[in-house]
Amino acid sequence: MSFAGARLLHISLCVLAGSLVLCGQALCQSAPPDTPPSPATDLVVKDTPDDDGGSVTLSWSLSADDKGGAKDVLSYEIRRSKSPDGPFTTIKKVLKGTSSTTDEKKVENNVDYYYQVVTKDASSETPSAVAGPVRAHVQWFNLGRLNTLLITILYTALLLYFISRAKKGEKLFVRRIAGLDALDEAVGCAPEMGKPALYVPGISTISDVATIASVNILSGVARTVADYDTRLIVPNFDPIVMTVAQEVVREGYMAAGKPEAYREEDVFYVTSSQFPFVAAVDGIMVRERPATNLFIGMFFAESLILAETGASTGAIQIAGTDAIAQLPFFIAACDYTLIGEELYAASAYLSRAPLLLGSLKGQDWMKMFLIGCIFIGLVTLNVGFAGFKSLFDLPLTIFR
Amino acid sequence: MRRQVPLVICFVAGVLMLAQSFVPPLNWFYTNALAWARIISCIAVFIGLISLVRLHATKVRRRAADWKFSIITLLALLYMMLAGLLTRYGVFVKLHGQCVPGSMGDKIVTGFQNAFNFQDIFLNIQIPVQATMFSLLAFYIASAAFRAFRARTFEATLLLVAATIVMLGRVPVGHYIWGVPQATAWILDVPNTAAKRGIMIGIGLGMTSTALKIMLGIERTYLGIKD
Repeated sequence: MSFAGARLLHISLCVLAGSLVLCGQALCQSAPPDTPPSPATDLVVKDTPDDDGGSVTLSWSLSADDKGGAKDVLSYEIRRSKSPDGPFTTIKKVLKGTSSTTDEKKVENNVDYYYQVVTKDASSETPSAVAGPVRAHVQWFNLGRLNTLLITILYTALLLYFISRAKKGEKLFVRRIAGLDALDEAVGCAPEMGKPALYVPGISTISDVATIASVNILSGVARTVADYDTRLIVPNFDPIVMTVAQEVVREGYMAAGKPEAYREEDVFYVTSSQFPFVAAVDGIMVRERPATNLFIGMFFAESLILAETGASTGAIQIAGTDAIAQLPFFIAACDYTLIGEELYAASAYLSRAPLLLGSLKGQDWMKMFLIGCIFIGLVTLNVGFAGFKSLFDLPLTIFR
Repeated sequence: MRRQVPLVICFVAGVLMLAQSFVPPLNWFYTNALAWARIISCIAVFIGLISLVRLHATKVRRRAADWKFSIITLLALLYMMLAGLLTRYGVFVKLHGQCVPGSMGDKIVTGFQNAFNFQDIFLNIQIPVQATMFSLLAFYIASAAFRAFRARTFEATLLLVAATIVMLGRVPVGHYIWGVPQATAWILDVPNTAAKRGIMIGIGLGMTSTALKIMLGIERTYLGIKD
């Protein structure tokens, strides 16, 4: 190739390359520009109310591109700084559609903080206006629970009043509870039939009030059983409940004057697994054929399996629970059922101790008060008068 | 003294627990109490274990009725306990080829591996047996319902009618029967909810009252103390 030819080829290649670059630039310019999403607006930051400090609550209006906008928002990034000019540090990310969150990440009390919410899509981000300063504070009272406190004080005062009346020797009327009246009779059947009595204190822990109520009833049952010289079998789901039950049953036998009749191996631990526990108790019912089965405490799905197995053995069965979902099962399969509050009344009812009966009376008066409130609220709201309802907002309105 | 100390502890703990629900800076007490409860629960497992072993060992020793089942229980307990511990800490795992190098030496295995078929036994025996027990519920519901629905009294008849409507409303064919879906919804939303809420209010008051009685030392049976 001659020099002129080579030069011509070189020029041609340069022109071609230049054309390609220009075309590329033109193509790039024709693509839509990468516009960032609209920012989150109306950012409000405030100290989280009713807490022990160390927390700031943020709320904002969603970006116009959140849910269906031109640029689909993916998330919001919360940034924090001790100065309005930054630098801002990312604290947390929340998903699109979220318009409030709390910052609890090493927030110091009584220190000024500034916040920014950054709206992010796949490729770009837009910061909101800076909001602040805000300081986290310790609140010494949870105002959100003011009504609860007032009602607790009222209830406690009522209980103490009736307990003091009972202390003075006043006779208090307590309505009959069929299930508890039948307890003596049911336990009394066992020695006649030469069979033991079975007591299941539920499958919850000792921190459950229903379990404590059950243990209180167990105390009375143990005394009765000891009086009748009968064996009492108490299988346990929780080792701590077992320890308490052993102590209570031993005390019951001692109170009946028959400490030698107490057998520690009859108050035993089975397992803390729900259905293996059921299998074990069902096995006891089928093998030992107790004359009386008492299921008292907190129960879950196993309630009907226990009660139906017991029914199939022909035992007299009394159940008591505050698990509302299990009550129908017990009612269907047992002879007597202590419904909800009757479980808690049992201890007072059985012991007839004046102090306990006094508390029962206070409980009834509180119930009357609540029924009255519900009834008045129902009537007033139905006639279009909201004044009674707003009475309950009054304490909060005053103190806020 | 033996009786007063637990009552004082109970009163102080009760007051603090009550106070923390209204005074946020006292939340630490609640958090710590929960942690302590967990710790005590873990220790209590040993108490349960001792009770279980003692019960079954006594049965075996006395040749009580069905004592052979007690042997199975004790053997199963021992096997699963050892298998669980050995698996967790990697001892003898090399026998099963589950050993992987770890920062604490090559005896460490990742997670619960299959030494002594620990996980297999749990997944293939324990879980199906538990599911079997749970499934008994379906049959027991039928037998309990049969007894409960025998229309001998006015209440039982009412129960039967209500249950029939609700059951019909809960199956596909019920949706094609005029009025049944509405009646089902009404029974569940109005009388059923009203009764449930009534019981719940009673339970709430009963619980509060019991808690207060325990705090004040009026109710002390749970301590094994006579009134």
